Amino acid sequence: MKHLIPEFEKLKQRFPAGFESSLVLPCVRRIQEDRGFVADSDIDGLVEYLGVPRIQIEEVLSYYTQFRRKPIGRWHLQTCRNLSCSMCGAERLMAHLKARLGIAPGETTADGRFTFSTVECLGSCGTAPVVMVNDTYHESMSIEKLDALIAKLD
Amino acid sequence: MPGKPLIMTFPVTATSHTLADYRARGGYATLARVVAGMPQEEIVKTVTTAGLLGHGGAAFSAGRKWSVINLRDGQPHFLCANADEGEPGTFKDRWILEHAPHLLIESMLIVSYALEVRHAFVYIRGEFDLPYRRLAGAIDEAYDAGLLGEGVLGTGFALDLVAYRGAGSYVCGEASGLLSSLEGKRGYPRNRPPRLTVQGLYKRPTVVNNVETLANVTGIVANGADWYRSFGTAKCPGTQLVSISGHIAKPGVYEVEYGYPLAKFLYEDCGGMVGGRKLKALIPGGISTKVLTGAECESVTYDHQSLGAAGSSCGSGGMVAIAEGTCMVRLLQVLLRFYHHESCGQCTPCRDGTGWMHRIIDRIVAGNGRLDDLDRLLEISRRNDGTTICGMGDAAGYATVGILAKFRDEFEYWIEHGRSRCDGALEIAAHA
Ligand SMILES: Cc1cc2nc3c(=O)[nH]c(=O)nc-3n(C[C@H](O)[C@H](O)[C@H](O)COP(=O)(O)O)c2cc1C
Ligand code: SF4
Ligand code: FES
Repeated sequence: MKHLIPEFEKLKQRFPAGFESSLVLPCVRRIQEDRGFVADSDIDGLVEYLGVPRIQIEEVLSYYTQFRRKPIGRWHLQTCRNLSCSMCGAERLMAHLKARLGIAPGETTADGRFTFSTVECLGSCGTAPVVMVNDTYHESMSIEKLDALIAKLD
Repeated sequence: MPGKPLIMTFPVTATSHTLADYRARGGYATLARVVAGMPQEEIVKTVTTAGLLGHGGAAFSAGRKWSVINLRDGQPHFLCANADEGEPGTFKDRWILEHAPHLLIESMLIVSYALEVRHAFVYIRGEFDLPYRRLAGAIDEAYDAGLLGEGVLGTGFALDLVAYRGAGSYVCGEASGLLSSLEGKRGYPRNRPPRLTVQGLYKRPTVVNNVETLANVTGIVANGADWYRSFGTAKCPGTQLVSISGHIAKPGVYEVEYGYPLAKFLYEDCGGMVGGRKLKALIPGGISTKVLTGAECESVTYDHQSLGAAGSSCGSGGMVAIAEGTCMVRLLQVLLRFYHHESCGQCTPCRDGTGWMHRIIDRIVAGNGRLDDLDRLLEISRRNDGTTICGMGDAAGYATVGILAKFRDEFEYWIEHGRSRCDGALEIAAHA
């Protein structure tokens, strides 16, 4: 994570003095974007850089569902399964994904291409069902649209 | 549009979110008047008199919340816009972030001026990528134009604004959980008192308001309390951004003027139910508000008084329309799984209660339910109410009590026959 420190320094300038603790979430997010997950050495680096207790970073990593300690597939397919999406076909989408990829939610395909997860409401219920692929929302999804999308992901 | 709009007043185009377009619509003119020397107390008074209520769910008076801040206490004060938008069914703050980010920024500048705030934050849920980029882009534009940072518009007033991203946690939408998260920790809600306006972020006086609440401030300060009161009803002034989804023909975000007939909104503005079906039930304001039957919706107008009298509330404006034929047992199962999944685990009644309720509903759906399971669900709901740190414990119960009160026969049928009376379906028709 050391090479990200110049970026973190810029970030720091927007916060008031004494807000080092607040930098934990944005720094962890940036590290994960960079490496794909958060490694032990990243935690060591952050403890040293921010001067916050190690336990705080460990707690943050285990609390928030978006953070991860292990690498995942190149494409992360996250299907919303909350109410409006379920009412508009999310359950069929999930069954299809499971069959097509041959994995259950939480798993990664053997070739490392796809990880499949379920998520709760993504705040996009008017265009349900929604599948998030890495950072991008794909809205008003159907099985056909999903198949076309998967075919394009290498 | 269902009534006169206050926020959705311009056509959305490829550039309508930019500073240039916002300025062309008269943007930042109010800020200029404010920083030229409008008395701080006058701003708070205008917003209080206007009767602006919080749009995050609890409908608390914005002006009254602000009036707790002591301008001369010599402490730093903080302002946070709540853009966590986690209540299932709700997607209206996203409209503001994507299409009117400068309206939020101008309002936050005005509130910060009024409350002696030097540093303000927008806490935005981690999954919101486009809304975040729109907001961060607008903040950069505002810095470059001298609207943020030192010497706003060449005056002595200064404000720094940070867009802070969450990382996947529903309880971070709860105001104190949000502040814990903004301190870089787990998003644990905190016991009150002390109120957040007394001890909030890093134990300093802090105002947390919903994005839509704040977005209304610029208009009120520009045009006055009487102008705002000319929208909506005498008891419930203004409008609410309603995000409607589910089995509705035309889902989306609509700005509804308070007092507008609910049935007219559903059948005329939103085109009725998919496939011309009848409305079975309506969740009016996010899944934590009590469900109304289709019949109950007929005579209601959309405002706090009328929905309150019908036993529910406007909540977060997240409406879910449920068509005839939907299985309410499966529906409650989705909700209880959600609450169990999202409980932060600090309070025993919420942590154990939501888990217990989830296990009971799963057992019923698996065909192993017992008739006393329904009373147990009600009993757990009752014991959760008011016994937890944040409102999440109560919310799981409200959703359960609301559905069981009106659709108990469907649960009894499933328990007796081991299957749904209506095919166990949640999906009614494939999305158009
Ligand atoms: C579990 C829980 C989740 C909440 N989520 C949100 C949210 O996503 N957005 C929001 O504005 N308010 C949310 N609230 C309400 C906030 O606690 C707070 O009341 C609100 O942000 C205050 O703003 P307002 O007065 O402008 O409505 C939530 C409350 C609870 C109990
Ligand atoms: S009520 Fe539930 S979500 Fe809220 S603080 Fe307690 S355990 Fe956490
Ligand atoms: S229920 Fe899927 S985005 Fe809200």
